[in-house]
Amino acid sequence: MKNFPPALLVLEDGTQWSGLGFGTFGDTTGEIVFNTSLTGYQEILTDPSYHGQLITMTMPHIGNYGVSSEDDESDRVWAAALIVRSLSPVVSNWRANQSLPDYLEERGVVGITDVNTRALVRHIRTHGAMRAAISSTDPNPERLLALARNSRDMNGLDLAIEVSCETPYEWMEGQDWWQPKEQNLGMLERPFHVVAYDFGIKRNILRLLASRGCRVTVVPATTTSDEVMAMNPDGVFLSNGPGDPAAVTYAIENIRDLLNKKPIFGICLGHQLLALALGADTYKMKFGHRGGNQPVQVVESGRVQISSHNHGFAVDTNSLPNDVVMSHINLNDRVCEGISAPNYKAYSVQYHPESSPGPHDSDELFDKFITLMSEEKITA
Amino acid sequence: MPKRTDIQKILIIGSGPIVIGQACEFDYSGAQACKVLRREGYQVVLVNSNPATIMTDPDLADATYVEPLTVELVEKVIQNEMPDAILPTVGGQTALNLAVALQESGVLEKYDVSLLGADIQAIQLAEDRLKFKEAMIASNVPVPVSRYVHSVEEAWEAVEEIGFPTLIRASFTMGGAGGGVANTRDEFEAVVSHGLRQSPVGEVLIERSLVGWKEYELEVMRDNANNFVVVCSIENVDPMGVHTGDSITVAPAQTLTDREYQHLRDLARTIMETVGVETGGSNVQFAVDPATGEVIVIEMNPRVSRSSALASKATGFPIAKIAALLAVGYTLDEIPNDITRETPASFEPSIDYCVVKMPRWNFEKFPGVDPTLGPQMKSVGEVMAIGRTFPEALNKAIRGLDIGAPGFSRLLSERDGMAEVPLHLPTAQRLFKIASVLNNGGTPEDVIEKTAFDPWFVSQLQELVSCEQELIALGEGSENPLEVLTAVYLQKVKRLGFSDAVIANALGATEMEVRDKRKALGVIPVYYRVDTCAAEFEAFTPYLYSTYESHCEAEPTDKKKVMILGGGPNRIGQGIEFDYCCVHSCWALSELGYETIMVNCNPETVSTDYDTADRLYFEPLTLEDVLNIVDLEQPEGVIVQFGGQTPINLTAGLAAAGVPIWGTSAASIDLAEDRGQFGDLLKELEIDHPQWGMASSPEEAQAIVNRIGYPVLVRPSFVLGGRAMAIAYNDESMLAYLHEAALVSAGNPVLIDQFIEDAFEVDVDAVSDGNRVVIAGVMQHIEEAGIHSGDSACVLPPYKISLYHQNIMQDYCKKLGRALNVKGLMNIQFAIKDDIVYVIEVNPRASRTVPFVSKATGVPVAKMAAQVQAGKTLDELGFVEMPKIDGFFVKEAVLPFNKLPGADALLGPEMRSTGEVMGHASRFGHAFIKSQIAAGVPLPTEGAVLLTVNQFDQGTVLRMARDLHRMGFTLYATPGTATALEQASLPVAYVSKANGPGITAVDLIEDGKVNLIINTPLGQQAHEDQKAMRQAAVRHNVPLITTMSAAQAAVSGIQALLKKDLDVRSLQHHYQI
Ligand SMILES: Nc1ncnc2c1ncn2[C@@H]1O[C@H](COP(=O)(O)OP(=O)(O)O)[C@@H](O)[C@H]1O
Ligand SMILES: Nc1ncnc2c1ncn2[C@@H]1O[C@H](COP(=O)(O)OP(=O)(O)O)[C@@H](O)[C@H]1O
Ligand SMILES: [Mg+2]
Ligand SMILES: [Mg+2]
Repeated sequence: MKNFPPALLVLEDGTQWSGLGFGTFGDTTGEIVFNTSLTGYQEILTDPSYHGQLITMTMPHIGNYGVSSEDDESDRVWAAALIVRSLSPVVSNWRANQSLPDYLEERGVVGITDVNTRALVRHIRTHGAMRAAISSTDPNPERLLALARNSRDMNGLDLAIEVSCETPYEWMEGQDWWQPKEQNLGMLERPFHVVAYDFGIKRNILRLLASRGCRVTVVPATTTSDEVMAMNPDGVFLSNGPGDPAAVTYAIENIRDLLNKKPIFGICLGHQLLALALGADTYKMKFGHRGGNQPVQVVESGRVQISSHNHGFAVDTNSLPNDVVMSHINLNDRVCEGISAPNYKAYSVQYHPESSPGPHDSDELFDKFITLMSEEKITA
Repeated sequence: MPKRTDIQKILIIGSGPIVIGQACEFDYSGAQACKVLRREGYQVVLVNSNPATIMTDPDLADATYVEPLTVELVEKVIQNEMPDAILPTVGGQTALNLAVALQESGVLEKYDVSLLGADIQAIQLAEDRLKFKEAMIASNVPVPVSRYVHSVEEAWEAVEEIGFPTLIRASFTMGGAGGGVANTRDEFEAVVSHGLRQSPVGEVLIERSLVGWKEYELEVMRDNANNFVVVCSIENVDPMGVHTGDSITVAPAQTLTDREYQHLRDLARTIMETVGVETGGSNVQFAVDPATGEVIVIEMNPRVSRSSALASKATGFPIAKIAALLAVGYTLDEIPNDITRETPASFEPSIDYCVVKMPRWNFEKFPGVDPTLGPQMKSVGEVMAIGRTFPEALNKAIRGLDIGAPGFSRLLSERDGMAEVPLHLPTAQRLFKIASVLNNGGTPEDVIEKTAFDPWFVSQLQELVSCEQELIALGEGSENPLEVLTAVYLQKVKRLGFSDAVIANALGATEMEVRDKRKALGVIPVYYRVDTCAAEFEAFTPYLYSTYESHCEAEPTDKKKVMILGGGPNRIGQGIEFDYCCVHSCWALSELGYETIMVNCNPETVSTDYDTADRLYFEPLTLEDVLNIVDLEQPEGVIVQFGGQTPINLTAGLAAAGVPIWGTSAASIDLAEDRGQFGDLLKELEIDHPQWGMASSPEEAQAIVNRIGYPVLVRPSFVLGGRAMAIAYNDESMLAYLHEAALVSAGNPVLIDQFIEDAFEVDVDAVSDGNRVVIAGVMQHIEEAGIHSGDSACVLPPYKISLYHQNIMQDYCKKLGRALNVKGLMNIQFAIKDDIVYVIEVNPRASRTVPFVSKATGVPVAKMAAQVQAGKTLDELGFVEMPKIDGFFVKEAVLPFNKLPGADALLGPEMRSTGEVMGHASRFGHAFIKSQIAAGVPLPTEGAVLLTVNQFDQGTVLRMARDLHRMGFTLYATPGTATALEQASLPVAYVSKANGPGITAVDLIEDGKVNLIINTPLGQQAHEDQKAMRQAAVRHNVPLITTMSAAQAAVSGIQALLKKDLDVRSLQHHYQI
């Protein structure tokens, strides 16, 4: 394995965390966050919701199973850096076709290993998510502190625009598409047409919709409600994505127009945008939820689902208008994890029912969307 | 859902004696269940035949029955107590099987008792391998194809559909005998016919072999609202083919992508639903093909298990406790997480460290047993280690084993016989072999190819090897290597978990030099908290592990505090009894207002439950690791006398380092273990002891024997559990031994004792505060001296020892207690021959019998001892005279022969039992009978007895034979014995010995014609030619008695049973009388 150059991570509060550089050698800045998933670093790296973030993995051994092109959640790595305790010297998995360091290098992403990630995570837990800078070429503390402090702040920042697709495209691919079963090869009939707003959409969302018989048209974040209606969809999907929801004003407008016209299902940023469109407020959390082990309770049934999370903002429960109910709640900290607006045939969740990475406890949310759309078809 | 109010009284079934495959993890789970259910306001009735457990402490249940776990006796418990429900899921396989038996015999229905945690169908489905497979196939869960066959022809048909390689498992054989893998058609027929011959029912299971696949376990929980969580994933380093209990395992899983892991999780959930485990914890085992990712389900256990105990300790998520709460109706989201407090139990722990479990074996005690590992478990204990990375945890685990292995180091290649250890076969030595291979030019590729270990693990091992070699180079490169050590470099080495000992060896320095240098450079460990959540939330429980990073989380207090050293991994000779004592000392000392600090590395135990001591350090018990904790905590005292020999061996080092040792001083401990000094002391006190001598050469040995005469007992000095002891009757047997002993423990001489023949052996446990010595219990062994105290049955109070002898023993006890200035516990072993009382040995520490004595007397002996060490006097504690005992308490040892094919089922001076049971009753006979039933070899009340005793016993055998005959037993005997019986005109049928003409003893056993065997061989020859008979007895579970004294006890037991049926009585009720 290549020999690693010394690297340094500096937080905007001045604390310094040393390690060794891997992947691309260079500088990077962003908001530092941590993720407690034990598996799925590749899916996390390629999840557009992590755009501009420096991700600390709490799992000490990272890179053990390498990377596999099958596990990308988008066409690039969006995270600004990967911070780990112990990078694997080898790749061991039957599906792997590249090592993590090579993968990051190929995509120009900075990695830093041998960092005391536990101490770092406890620091973030106590002092909150903040800006930070890393360098594996010129680890000068003063320089990095300045870099960190001059880097942009997530608050009030529209990042969806930066990760969204430029032009609409169709999606057919089902789950486990690489295993050639015919329903996976897009051969099954597709009664539903879903228009999916791409604020940073993950592939597994599209796959779950596709394997439930949806023909999905993915459209740019800025697509107007008229354009969407012109496509005559059976339902509108609002995707996950990065940044401050309140800053994505155009999307909020468009969603408000679409309310009541079509069934709407939102995830993560899509959930926050729906809430804002319905008149609720959002706020930035201290250090957010990022991991695959969060207990979310379905308020109606009391059932608990172990769920995959990645959010730094959340919807303020107290701000929900009367015709909107909190449908899901996080049992760890009572944060609102889902809303439902039956009158508008709209609902959304803050967490990631598409998992990838994470448990598959919440697939039912996709079935619900199908049900809503078919009811529409019948009544229409 | 809130808890159930329709039930008030719950019967918890324990797991019985410690046996291979079912150890004290079930004391941990059972004790948790008792505690939490009582806290919830339920009345708890407990039944468990194992007196050494914490769960059978009278304070843990409202009614505690130390009774055999049989339908008959448990029905009587149910009759007495009328419980509303039974919780069968915290007592291992034993409890599940018993629950099923109670159901099938109609007892549950008769007394209208319901089952909690798992219903009969679920249990049966999970336990019956074929039913299980059918159910799995029905819900599209992949299982290995398999078929039961009864002939080679059938086998060939079966293998057509199953294909090669195949795994062959013979039905109803012990310890997996007659099993094997056939990779090719040529091998196939041989393995199958061997299996068919081995199986008493002539049946073998032919199954698709998954040997070499990756093996995983998921520890899962489900509640009655169908909420489901995975508590922990465990990856086996040893691939499929080696029982998970014999595998080195790692948590969390390291080599699965999220896609693969979630697939296992989905399957586990489906399995829980299919099997119908409504609430509680289960364990699901998977095999994954490293080449294709194909997943196959091996089995599921619908109960807490060894792995769930491991998972609980590994994550801080107390599975058994929560399982008990779920069983009474709570749902996961209603149960708080003790560690984070604000978050609920309905989550999946995330861990930011690596946990390694390593098994501990005792093959050296069982010559003749095949030491290759396979689908049947053979280990007797395990150690767990926590580190931030796999290499760090592995190094800690290795030194935690307490087998003189300082870590994954070139030093391992120097271990005995390492050269002969094969790399391709799984054995207890394989990991060590890998160290020596990699250190001697072998490549990771070789290792991966020969072991089928995942390349990732091997890469981590290679990193360790490279680091050590770098160190060695450094050492060779400079005059004074310690000087060139920099803090940064040393930190890097320590981060890989290397012990000072390994570093010292590499640099040619001493361990203490390295330690001093290390501390001078400021390279000291920090302690992190096990918090269930990878630091996402604050942890309020000081459950700690060491690592070499920054930002220590230990936050030691300035309270007055005391540190208790645990016993480390279970092994024969040092097991649960010592953990029992450690736990009691924790309780006793916190009652006195001390903050208690527990140090231990055994995941199976109650002592490593984070709510036993105030602070728990899950660390190896080595001088380095303990001193590091002492440096940080600065306890007022360290208690070493409860954890068995492991902490005792650390005492000198700790004392030398200026650590305050509480209780009996290091000097006294030394004195008691040093034969020379101790011999002088006994002389001075005018106490008789066997003549003895210390020999470093055959010549010296001869000289000693000429002085004391045969028979003699020979053994290496300084060992617990009587490792490698033998009785020599003549020169050749002694010389033969000396030759072997030299290998056994190079360096230290052999001890030669005059062997006191035909003597009663007596164990005495006493507590002393330095002035007063109070005897807690006097236990008369059933077997005579020569059978290890740990393997001999014993009875409290003594039933055949004259007051005269008892007074002498009392007197010796007091003398020795004062002379050694014992503060705390002391155990003395006596041999009584004619009118002389010999002292065999004195152990100035807790002994194996302390829990037994405490249960029998109702006096918490270990607690007293702990408080004495804290400065209390026995007067203050009101413990001033030997407790009275009502009735008789018999302790019987449980031996592992049925798990270790090839072992000779003969008792001797070397301890080989893994566990014990207790039987009590107002008559000795009944108490003895109960102990035999509990030990799994119930004595017959009718049928035939086979007598074959040595010429010296033929006098005693006559009366016994007469009594048996009067009770209606048919008598068989081998020629010598038979003639003796005939002369006494008793009706007896001749049988020849093992390989004699005509029908042999073995034939009788095979044909199920005998119900009891009394066999007392004499001398090596007899031992050998009757071995076959004894093995047959073990195979067919026919009670086998190998000493006259035990035989007499058995006969009086049978007589008692014929007169009066057995009844049961709770300890609580017992103490009131
Ligand atoms: N088909 C198989 N091929 C190879 N090894 C197997 C197979 N089935 C089981 N084993 C090995 O045997 C061990 C014990 O089998 P298991 O079904 O778990 O029995 P137990 O109830 O004793 O745990 C497993 O841990 C595994 O390593
Ligand atoms: N001199 C002796 N004469 C007869 N039996 C002895 C003698 N010494 C030891 N034994 C037998 O050997 C057993 C083990 O010896 P002991 O000294 O207790 O070793 P350990 O340290 O393993 O307990 C004793 O329980 C006793 O039965
Ligand atoms: Mg198993
Ligand atoms: Mg002894």
